[in-house]
Amino acid sequence: MSSNSQKKGFGATIWDYLTTVDHKKIAILYLISGGFFFLVGGVEAMMIRIQLMKAGNDFLSAGTYNEVLTMHGTTMIFLAAMPILLAFMNAVSPLQIGARDVAFPFLNSLGFWLFFFGGIFLNLSWFLGGAPDAGWTNYASLALASEGHGIDFYSLGLTISGFGTLIAGINFLVTIINMRAPGMTYMRMPLFTWTTFVASALILLAFPPLTVGIFFMVFDRLFGANFFDVTMGGNTIIWEHFFWIFGHPEVYILILPAFGIFSEIFAIFSRKRLFGYTALVFATILIGFYGFMVWAHHMFTVGLGPTANAVFALATMIIAVPTGIKIFNWLLTIWGGNISFTVPMIYAVAFIPSFVAGGVTGVMQAIAPLDYQLHDSYFIVAHFHYVIVGGVVLAILAGTHLYWPKMFGTMLSEKLGKWTFWFFFIGFHLTFFIQHFLGLMGMPRRVYTFGADQGWDLFNAISSAGALLMAIGILILLVNVVMTVMKGERVGNDPWGDGRTLEWAIPSPPPFYNFAQTPLVRGLDPYWIEKMEGNKEGMVYAEPLGDIHMPNGSFIPFVISLGMFIAAFGAMYHTDGHAWALPVLIGGLAITFGSMLVRSLKDDLGFHVTKEELIADNERIQREARALEGGKKGGLK
Amino acid sequence: MMKGPKKWRLFALMTALLVFLSGCGREEISTLIPAGKVAQDQFNLLILSSIVMLFVIVVVTIIYVLAIVKFRRSKVGEDMIPEQVEGSARLEFIWTAIPIVLLLILAVPTVYSTFDLADVTAMDAQNEDGVAENLTVNVTGKLYWWEFEYPEQEIRTAQELVVPTGERVYFNLIAADVKHSFWIPSVGGKLDVNPENVNTFYLEFDKESSELEEGVYFGKCAELCGPSHALMDFKVKTLNREDFDAWVAAMQEEQAAPTETLAQDGQEIFEQSCIACHATNAAGAATGVGPNLATFGDRTTIAGFMEHDEETLKNWIADPQQYKPGNLMPNPEEINNGEAFSDQELDALAAYLMSLKVEE
Repeated sequence: MSSNSQKKGFGATIWDYLTTVDHKKIAILYLISGGFFFLVGGVEAMMIRIQLMKAGNDFLSAGTYNEVLTMHGTTMIFLAAMPILLAFMNAVSPLQIGARDVAFPFLNSLGFWLFFFGGIFLNLSWFLGGAPDAGWTNYASLALASEGHGIDFYSLGLTISGFGTLIAGINFLVTIINMRAPGMTYMRMPLFTWTTFVASALILLAFPPLTVGIFFMVFDRLFGANFFDVTMGGNTIIWEHFFWIFGHPEVYILILPAFGIFSEIFAIFSRKRLFGYTALVFATILIGFYGFMVWAHHMFTVGLGPTANAVFALATMIIAVPTGIKIFNWLLTIWGGNISFTVPMIYAVAFIPSFVAGGVTGVMQAIAPLDYQLHDSYFIVAHFHYVIVGGVVLAILAGTHLYWPKMFGTMLSEKLGKWTFWFFFIGFHLTFFIQHFLGLMGMPRRVYTFGADQGWDLFNAISSAGALLMAIGILILLVNVVMTVMKGERVGNDPWGDGRTLEWAIPSPPPFYNFAQTPLVRGLDPYWIEKMEGNKEGMVYAEPLGDIHMPNGSFIPFVISLGMFIAAFGAMYHTDGHAWALPVLIGGLAITFGSMLVRSLKDDLGFHVTKEELIADNERIQREARALEGGKKGGLK
Repeated sequence: MMKGPKKWRLFALMTALLVFLSGCGREEISTLIPAGKVAQDQFNLLILSSIVMLFVIVVVTIIYVLAIVKFRRSKVGEDMIPEQVEGSARLEFIWTAIPIVLLLILAVPTVYSTFDLADVTAMDAQNEDGVAENLTVNVTGKLYWWEFEYPEQEIRTAQELVVPTGERVYFNLIAADVKHSFWIPSVGGKLDVNPENVNTFYLEFDKESSELEEGVYFGKCAELCGPSHALMDFKVKTLNREDFDAWVAAMQEEQAAPTETLAQDGQEIFEQSCIACHATNAAGAATGVGPNLATFGDRTTIAGFMEHDEETLKNWIADPQQYKPGNLMPNPEEINNGEAFSDQELDALAAYLMSLKVEE
């Protein structure tokens, strides 16, 4: 069984992806579905900006606007940003540590399908009586008061996709702890792997509070519990704590992998080792650690009292220190380097001023008394978009260009990439910079309209115009993707020419077993070391060529997730008194637990790739590489 | 890629210019034109932190621009392999220590101000006669309107907060339904209005609102509370102490019956259909289902955000859901024996409501 690109029928390819446990294919699944949800969230963003482009606009009704803003936030955070980052983690981290796959390939697949079905479930709310409308923060008093099933779609959908994310996090922790190649010590791990590691730890610790909070919400709304019902002795502030104990680390779950991607880019395209690697690693760990101690800065106006506010204000300020360390180390990485302004590097370079702007407004909001003015105004909207778009989304766009050749074996157009960049970057600053001032001028967030007498017309119009530019940039990216896929020009191992880490030492895309022989890591940036020493073969190996044990694909993860998807409908409609609801709930759970049982009882021992197959495969790879060399010189130049 | 940084600078300059040209927003609502001690303290913190942060931005920008200009490939050569520097302990120390110093500069006023703005110990202070020394207002946030009770004076009003200038006014905040947040941007930062507990803070009002173009400060709900969250506005009228005392005295009196016949007709309709929810007497009345209307004729808006004229008022009464989606005011059919109000009835109601005044 050699999965290497024999021509397959369409149906066979679909079946392959439905059953795959290969981290590289799961990465592609994450990228496609995350990208799809990113477009959905983007359309929602455009609807918001159309509605707010002038005073008293009636493009969206009040209730619909609240649904759109809720789904924009929820979709972008849970269904777009995280999955796309998980796509890069899947595609790259195992390669960077020289592993043949993640520790639990089956769970990797299960994690994806849970996320996927959770996301679909959440978005089906648009067609089944209305989307959630209490904001992505879903504050309890409003959520309990919300009519219809919108909030139930939110809580059940996020429960399902949250399981998926938690599984993914655990998987990466185990993978990175256990599956590093010989010589790949912790302090030789590439920074993207480090940030994946820390972000996974944050997922492990941050998602349970969210799950607990959402469970309470589900029980309050569907099964008559009173955790948050004030009239029955419940307390809604508890929800805010649960949500933000999750929510703040969530921000770092997003931004740390983004930092990781940029760290890789700065080193590759400056042709220089990361300046202060150790400091960068410890800053990452510190940010992850502090991330759990600052959640109440989202709640300064709740009335927790001056002591709590002062403590959380100071704790929040401390985070600026490791973040500053990172910024300065990146600057010193490019300082004295040999900077090549490829598309990923342009994004990385643009990220620094954008993120610094978002960071300094973060410190301003850490000043609790000042935050009483800034909180829940457009200032905070501007701030978190500077951090999330200026940090995470720029990283996603950069990562898409950087890792596209490794994931697909082709190169996105640099020219179109630069067009995307300029539209997106200018549009981004135009949209959000002005919003700081809207907030200072008294505009609250989450308002579906504003009066002409408030003095906010001009800035809102500018902001909406910026959003249009961002949309154009993304459309150009789509054109770029389509054109690149159509052309299908293959590239070699190291298409950027200056790859430093292990993933660039193997073909693009890598064979399904990744490394025919596990490489021996002799320092930070192992592939760079070999290149500098003139190693023609690429790497030094830690083992002789021999049989490789690989896992079989499985359809069970899909079925487990499908069962939960079905059960969620049963749970939700059960409250409406439909007779079919309870059987659907039980049936769905039966599918889930039944397929788990099948998985437990049926031995699946995987298969071996034999030495002979590896040799044959290697010859084919060599042949293709030579053909590529002959066809044209290198990838980039 | 030569254009990169230049374009960025030009863009930043243009934005800055634009902001400068359009000023700082409206005096009635902008945090940038503080009209009270609390907002002033917060504004000072904004300026202080902006200066510190500007310093950070300048330092980063200088290193950043130099780096991307000096070390571009076209300048250092295609094949140049840079020295693989590991790092520098001294530099790491510098960029750890300096931010800590900067943060300390911010931390001291932050902690001071956090405690200062939360200091409500004087709230219950009484003079020798057992009369409260300071004004306290109990604020209740409801879907989507605000009730203001003056417990000491035993009066209550809605939608328009009236307060004296030049002294601390203390507020007790609670929500009757879902969570809201009480914010008067030009006077001070917001405080959440929770359903389960009373939140307390103070504000000071420096300036009489009659000097403003609109005659009132704008208040906002700052926490998403449902479809009409954006419309949950209130207004703040600030009076000097003398005028305020006069207003309180007028509020405490029994309201006079209307003299015009049309308004009298309106009162009759009102007492059949509306009085179950809306009180028209400010003194001592219990909390209302709907806003207290004793000062309706004095107000500057209808439903907190619409023009204050009879036409708007009639439209609002005839179809409240169209203007404030999700509000709890019933349609005329539900309170008028299953029928919509006729034009005459609406005229009468509007005349009556507009006659409800305590100010001359």
